[in-house]
Amino acid sequence: MTALSKSWERAVVPLFILVAWEIVSRSGLFPAALLPAPSAVLHSWGDWVFGYDETTQANSGRWLADALSSATRVAAGYAIAAASAVLLGIAIGWWRWVERTIEPTIQMLRPVPPVSWIPLAIIWFGIANKPAIFLVFLGAFFPILMNTIHGVKTADRNLIRAASMMGATEQQLLRHVVFPAALPSIFAGLRIGIGAAWMLTVTAEMVAVKSGLGYVLWDSYYFLRYDLVLAAMASIGLLGFATDGLIKLLMSAALHWQRASTLQSREG
Amino acid sequence: MASIELTNITKIYRDAKRKRDLLAIDDVSLSVAQNEFLCLLGSSGCGKSTLLNMIAGFETPTGGSVTVGGRPVDGPGADRGMVFQQANLMPWLPVWENVAFHLRLKGWRKADRRAAAQEYIDMVGLQGFENHFPAELSGGMSQRVGIARALLLNPQVILMDEPFAALDAQTKMDMQEELVAIWQKQRCTIVFVTHSVDEALVLGTQVAVLTSRPGRVRELIGLDLPRPRDITSPRFNDHKRHILNLIREEGLQQRAVAAA
Repeated sequence: MTALSKSWERAVVPLFILVAWEIVSRSGLFPAALLPAPSAVLHSWGDWVFGYDETTQANSGRWLADALSSATRVAAGYAIAAASAVLLGIAIGWWRWVERTIEPTIQMLRPVPPVSWIPLAIIWFGIANKPAIFLVFLGAFFPILMNTIHGVKTADRNLIRAASMMGATEQQLLRHVVFPAALPSIFAGLRIGIGAAWMLTVTAEMVAVKSGLGYVLWDSYYFLRYDLVLAAMASIGLLGFATDGLIKLLMSAALHWQRASTLQSREG
Repeated sequence: MASIELTNITKIYRDAKRKRDLLAIDDVSLSVAQNEFLCLLGSSGCGKSTLLNMIAGFETPTGGSVTVGGRPVDGPGADRGMVFQQANLMPWLPVWENVAFHLRLKGWRKADRRAAAQEYIDMVGLQGFENHFPAELSGGMSQRVGIARALLLNPQVILMDEPFAALDAQTKMDMQEELVAIWQKQRCTIVFVTHSVDEALVLGTQVAVLTSRPGRVRELIGLDLPRPRDITSPRFNDHKRHILNLIREEGLQQRAVAAA
């Protein structure tokens, strides 16, 4: 299959949705203010990004700043979550006593929805970046942790035997065998985690922060600007898609050794 | 000085579910001198792998002692190289990094590791596959990497746990020939576990025929057949007939015990 027809395949579904949506909102079935047409959303989005005619008023030309403040929160919370969840996950997966002492607590905290931490997060951290970063951390932490534990526990015992036969110390086993063996699983967790991170940064911005894409979304709702609400939703989707793409890129670089033995090898 | 000394080894497994003890190995004593090639021959479940794992340090005997080079074994270590039934290569490392894994642990620089690996890659005939990943190798090639990896340790003792069991007949013969050549060149001590009479007779300077349940040494046979060994020669066949008879007798006894 040629590259052109492949990219055409990717575009079919989004294009169909956009065209159908445009037709429905222009048909007058709903009031235009309640379901703005894609063209109208795009127009407002454009002004939000480039500020050409100030249809978005105070938001005109402020998109990059909004996107950056959301992205910074995601990056900060996600980085803390990834580092701590991978380290703790390896410890829980490797040492029985760590599992016994820590896991029950973790499993009790895990089902608590991160959103329900918002009141406490605001009391503890005030109204600013910190509660949002805390929420992002909570959302990303558990999927990364669970997948890391799984990856460590399913590491091939024979590889550990082979390495200890070559004189590996426990620390070396963790670094040179267990960690790389768990890496495919860790990346699965990282990809689930980045989705949770975007969801929670937007939620936090609706409640506890006065900037970012989530704040614009909620603020526009109060001013009945559904075109901007949709533009904000699309922005979050796009940024989430881009960050997931980034992690996928990182993953295929780190896990290139898997290619010959897995289904991925079918792709060119 | 004996290189490996097994003295009065017994191994009892506790069967927790049925609340009884299982005697797996009963009073085995073996001594392997330097540069010997000892084959442990026995059917599955006779404890031959358990004995090997004791020398490797993965298992401890219930009674008796294991010493290698005069020192009691208290865990796995780089003084003994081990080649497993499956090659057990790190799938995320290319061939040369797998061969030089020991040097990675010792913190050698990449260029030095690469250079050191090459000698052993050449020795097992894997030139041109240095940068392949394990998933891209055939079973025989993977085992070559495993052997190269064990040789790079430059150990006194190499332990092999049915390393060729999963290979096809032709590849197996090639690998056996190469292993003998490497052993003659490196002058190391090899303990080789197998269930194949032919394999034991092609490779070993000594063959320990083990009985099963509990594992005992039925007979220790010294082989002074000339190399390369002719598997159709009368002397080869005499040994083979003798060992097959031992195994057959053993089987009859087992069945008699089971019937009684």
